[in-house]
Amino acid sequence: MKNEALFRYLLRLGDDSLILGQRLAEWCGHGPILEEDIAMTNISLDLIGQAMNILDYAGVIEDKGRDCDKLGLLRLEKEYTNVLLVEQLNGDFGDTLMRQFLFDAFRKPLYERLVHSTDKQLAAIADKSLKETRYHLKHSSEWVIRLGDGTEESHSRIQNSLDNLWRYADELFYSDAVDSELTASGILPDLSGIRAEWDSTINVVFQQATLEIPANNWKFGGGRLGRHSEYFGHLLSELQYMQRAYPNMKW
Amino acid sequence: MVTKAQIYDWLEEVSDPEIPVLSVIDLGVVRNAQFINGDWLITITPTYSGCPAMKTMEEDILSKLKNKGIDSASVKLVLAPAWTTDWLSENGRNKLREYGIAPPEHEIDKSVLFAEPTVVPCPKCFSRNSRMVSQFGSTACKALYQCNDCQEPFDYFKCLK
Repeated sequence: MKNEALFRYLLRLGDDSLILGQRLAEWCGHGPILEEDIAMTNISLDLIGQAMNILDYAGVIEDKGRDCDKLGLLRLEKEYTNVLLVEQLNGDFGDTLMRQFLFDAFRKPLYERLVHSTDKQLAAIADKSLKETRYHLKHSSEWVIRLGDGTEESHSRIQNSLDNLWRYADELFYSDAVDSELTASGILPDLSGIRAEWDSTINVVFQQATLEIPANNWKFGGGRLGRHSEYFGHLLSELQYMQRAYPNMKW
Repeated sequence: MVTKAQIYDWLEEVSDPEIPVLSVIDLGVVRNAQFINGDWLITITPTYSGCPAMKTMEEDILSKLKNKGIDSASVKLVLAPAWTTDWLSENGRNKLREYGIAPPEHEIDKSVLFAEPTVVPCPKCFSRNSRMVSQFGSTACKALYQCNDCQEPFDYFKCLK
């Protein structure tokens, strides 16, 4: 292992992208309109592409011969360290867009900072991914506004999405010894401003969308440490099916 | 002795599998061709992280070089500097327009929330009176537009910076 903290950080980053990409892919053929079916699968493709870049690099850092397929498709449930937010069920279109918005509003300022990492490959992945993430955020924020400030029905449903997902948002800002070690060694730039930027983005959008942040401040976490919600095993069974049924198969 | 310019000439014949009117050179994904220890190493960069055409491009590049008598070539994928639509050649932009896909405007349509969509001239009638139908189109690199004057629906190769 070349750098254990970096390996674990990359898994967290890559798992967030992979699992959200997998969730969005479930919309394929089920979107409410054709354009949105295509949009969600496009975003899924970007996220899975990002996950492949990140997990391939995690494999290089781990130095045990694992690539993105081995890391992405053959770990056990507790070895995935994505935040709980990204594994939540798609629900209705509003639930999916709200989940996406909370995530995109976090990812954009994160990548903007990772571009300045002293680790050249991490910086390159961030630079590539940032360009895609800007499109994702624009898409999800516009839909949150359209649904929130739409009809009575769409407003109450997406407010309900926010009420349900809010408890998972805080975990996006989880940090522990992995982060502090990488910050100390200079690989991670100063990430402290992300929360404020996220707050500002969501406040601007929710104001336009006439949505209210729930007063209930109960928070869920554990994903970063491998403790997942009950939905996760089901998601993995689909994600991993081919590699489990036909070990080492290549597409 | 085969030169780098010769390799680039040959790669002009390798087309983007999704947008066959463009060669990999027009698209700007070929970053370098180096002759190292008797083998040619072609460096390419992805347009989008998840672009499914990259693998096909890699195979097409190798098979083109093999056809030209170069047996020992390899392709390396690099991420930096990241591809942007500025890498698209002027020639490529003209080919796109003739093919019916509006080439990227030199203006970003994503950095600011609530920004109006980019004004994209219709590739058929050149009217600037068009509207965005969807930010995401048939491939990762395109958005869907429609001309308000001639009614033509068209793809827009969206600006990536």
